[in-house]
Amino acid sequence: MEIVVASGKGGTGKTTVATSLAMVASEQNTIRFLDCDVEAPNARLFLDPELDTVKEVGILIPNVDDDTCTYCGKCAEVCQFHAIAVIGKKTLVFPELCHGCGSCTLVCPENAITEELDVMGVLESGNAIKNIDFAQGVMNIGEPMAVPIIRELKRWAPAKASAIEIRDSPPGASCPVVETIRGADFALLVTEPTPFGLHDLKQVVEITKEFEMPTGVVINRDGIGNNAVEAYCEEVGIPIMMRIPMERRIAEAIASGKPLLKAAPEYQKDFENMLGNIITEVGA
Amino acid sequence: MKIAISISGNTINDPFDPRFGRTSTFCIIDTESEEWETYENPAFSASGGAGVQASQIIAEKGAEAIISGAFGPKAFDTLSAAKIEMYTASGNEGFAAQDVLEMFKNGQLPKTESASHGGHHGGGR
Repeated sequence: MEIVVASGKGGTGKTTVATSLAMVASEQNTIRFLDCDVEAPNARLFLDPELDTVKEVGILIPNVDDDTCTYCGKCAEVCQFHAIAVIGKKTLVFPELCHGCGSCTLVCPENAITEELDVMGVLESGNAIKNIDFAQGVMNIGEPMAVPIIRELKRWAPAKASAIEIRDSPPGASCPVVETIRGADFALLVTEPTPFGLHDLKQVVEITKEFEMPTGVVINRDGIGNNAVEAYCEEVGIPIMMRIPMERRIAEAIASGKPLLKAAPEYQKDFENMLGNIITEVGA
Repeated sequence: MKIAISISGNTINDPFDPRFGRTSTFCIIDTESEEWETYENPAFSASGGAGVQASQIIAEKGAEAIISGAFGPKAFDTLSAAKIEMYTASGNEGFAAQDVLEMFKNGQLPKTESASHGGHHGGGR
């Protein structure tokens, strides 16, 4: 079963909720935890994995052999992203526009194109506490595209099979978030009861709706702002799975790198109940 | 010589558009015969690589020079490969393509020898 934790707005507590859920779930299951926020992965701060395996990841970009190329232009024609251009007797490749789809290699009638890995970042993995297999993507500085790294991360297979996969999503509602959400069985959306939280929550709900994915909401910093998030959830029929109140001791613990359940163990039960509800919902 | 000018509109009397990849139209003028034609720029709404696509279009139409506002690194590389000379006329947005052509003929437009700015796609690589 795959659970994705997303939010829309940044800083609502995705990682806090995702890591707490992983800790609770790992008591009875083997967990695979993927930190998909490849621009700023930070779940390792709370799960403390030993990242002993590092693999370079990226996309396969075309390399054109000038001796074999007949400049027919089929590669440039097929490319949706204009990453390859044929001008007279020259074939130009723009790696930063390439999405690695491989169409140019497929259509080349002369087999003049070979593919080579364009490294965009690394995939780091290892064991975290108890039953948690952990992996995170780290995108190289200056890279424009996070999706290929997230895709590789989702393909990562630890030595032992896992019962539950938990994905910590990047913030926002653009391509990296869509890729993180894609294929999951349940979307847990962490928000805060403020106009910002609601505005961005709505954008992510549009994505999970498109995927026809069961969705639930966690209201973090409950007690601040207004009740517009609750009203919205009721209106669109999304259950509020859990509330975490605005408490200084929780904020202080998270800021010093302590997991939520260490600082406030009384939430253990709420997370267990939420996990049970998610499992029931997905199984139904 | 065939020279392309990025414009908004569909005649030589329509205004110069300083955007290269994202211009709606190119006016291509034969400086000897003074005949001109306009072509829609399909890169106008491209999600990315507009400069590359626009460069390929004007190369296909046989342009030997282009007048626009600025040229990004990928447009510059593509236009250079096609041996198309680049001239800039930024600041002349109010003028018609015809007026910009006159400026070119009078040698008033600077020739571009390197990309005018960084790319729009991260570009840090």
